[in-house]
Amino acid sequence: MHWQYVIPGYVIVFGGLAGYIWTLLARIRAVAEQVPEEKRAFLD
Amino acid sequence: MSDRTVISDARLVLRKDLRIERASKVVISQVVPFAIMTLVLFGFGISPDARVVLGEGASRSVQAQVAPGLIFIAILLSALLALSRSFGVESADGTLDGLRLAGLDPAGIFLGKAGAVLVQLLSVGVVVTSGAFLFFSVQVDWTIARAVLLVTTLGAATAGIAAAGTIYSALAAGLRVRDTLVPLLVVPVLAPVLLGAGQAADAALFGATVDGWPWVGALAVFALLYGWVGIISFDSLLEDA
Amino acid sequence: MSTALTGPSSSKASRVIGLLALASTAILLLVGLVLSPPEVDQADSVRLMYIHVPSAIASLYLAFGVTFIGSVIYLRTQSTFWDLMAHAGAEIGVMFCAFVLLTGMLWGRPTWGVYWQWDPRLTSTVISFVLYLGYLAVRKMDLDPAVRSRRAAILGIISFANLIIVRYSVQWWRSLHQGNTVGRDTQMDGLILFSFFWGILTFTLIFTWLLIHRFRLAWYEHQAGATSLDDAIAARRAERTPPLAGEAL
Repeated sequence: MHWQYVIPGYVIVFGGLAGYIWTLLARIRAVAEQVPEEKRAFLD
Repeated sequence: MSDRTVISDARLVLRKDLRIERASKVVISQVVPFAIMTLVLFGFGISPDARVVLGEGASRSVQAQVAPGLIFIAILLSALLALSRSFGVESADGTLDGLRLAGLDPAGIFLGKAGAVLVQLLSVGVVVTSGAFLFFSVQVDWTIARAVLLVTTLGAATAGIAAAGTIYSALAAGLRVRDTLVPLLVVPVLAPVLLGAGQAADAALFGATVDGWPWVGALAVFALLYGWVGIISFDSLLEDA
Repeated sequence: MSTALTGPSSSKASRVIGLLALASTAILLLVGLVLSPPEVDQADSVRLMYIHVPSAIASLYLAFGVTFIGSVIYLRTQSTFWDLMAHAGAEIGVMFCAFVLLTGMLWGRPTWGVYWQWDPRLTSTVISFVLYLGYLAVRKMDLDPAVRSRRAAILGIISFANLIIVRYSVQWWRSLHQGNTVGRDTQMDGLILFSFFWGILTFTLIFTWLLIHRFRLAWYEHQAGATSLDDAIAARRAERTPPLAGEAL
């Protein structure tokens, strides 16, 4: 019972996470091209 | 810097802003009519014929029932305009930098600007409250206790709105998107003020006044908290604005 | 602090956390959706709890907590790391906050009969959501990076205070009108309890992975900005070189 609410909830959360991760990795790759290799490691 | 310079600087900025208002009459001739118009719009949104049953054959119009909340929504909307005006006059000619260059204490600038907004909002509040009584036919069994609670609520709520609003306006100062950013920042912050003021005013008009005072206390704490945040943070907020 | 990179978007540590998060998610789906039994009162809608509550923890406590801590440390030390961390935390927090609201509404429909109830938690969450949308808007401001970071840090601190003010004021407001909406004290079956805690573990892992990667993006953006400035300075220097060389001769 109530699966009609459970399934959309899981689809929203895990679909949303997958979509966010996908675009996040794409953003990282796109901006990484503008950063020379030696400046990529984080040093503070 | 000593406390005395903070207060005298605050008084200078306050007088400057009120003098600008006296000359331009923007709040009186534009913001106050807008506030009255929002009340009329609420009247369109809430049917004048709808009634709430109070039991024992008594009933009250829905408009009157929700009037305490509507008063503060109208004040909040007007506050957004008043804040936009208050910082519009500064950023246009870079006068905010000018005030700092003149050696004014940032805490004084904050108190002055917030004080001027408070004075303007109080006058808006008086008009809106009277307008709500008029338009929504609010009937109250007036006692001194009720009047005192209502007036204190109005004062404490507008003080909170002025303090928080001034901080967030300074945060967005010098930006092209200021006029759209400030409402986004300020409205969720002021949600507790609206909640508390609505409850306190409801107690003042229809309920038992003892139920209203804890909310007024919360409103006062909110106003003091934001006053304190403004005093300590205005220095870094105005830097390179 | 330094991170060893094996590619533009991964390091050894983040890869391990990523794999753990994936495995943990698979177990959560298996236990939460298949193995655990429906609850006595709520039937299968209890399964929404395994993602709703962990999203709330990831958003309101972990992510916005990172933003608060990052903002405080940035104001004290001007540390780029914590400035970028604060930004990363807010963006991830807003996403999890959206999950909290959506799953909360889906859970509300079978529990309360309506999608939206003026439940204190749900109401204060929607206000918090807009609060941090405002924070992200400030991070996009067209300003000098140092000025923007400072203003964002101040906002990050007061937003966290607001989170608490909003939470308690809404709770107080609602407590006058009604009691607890959902009886949370009912006896929980072992597997239901396990799924619940496994959900929290899984979302903490996902959050950590996301934070590392969102931070990396912010770091690259920071470095790309600095690099283009270096290039511009180098170009201007190059323009000046011939007369200088002539003078030297």
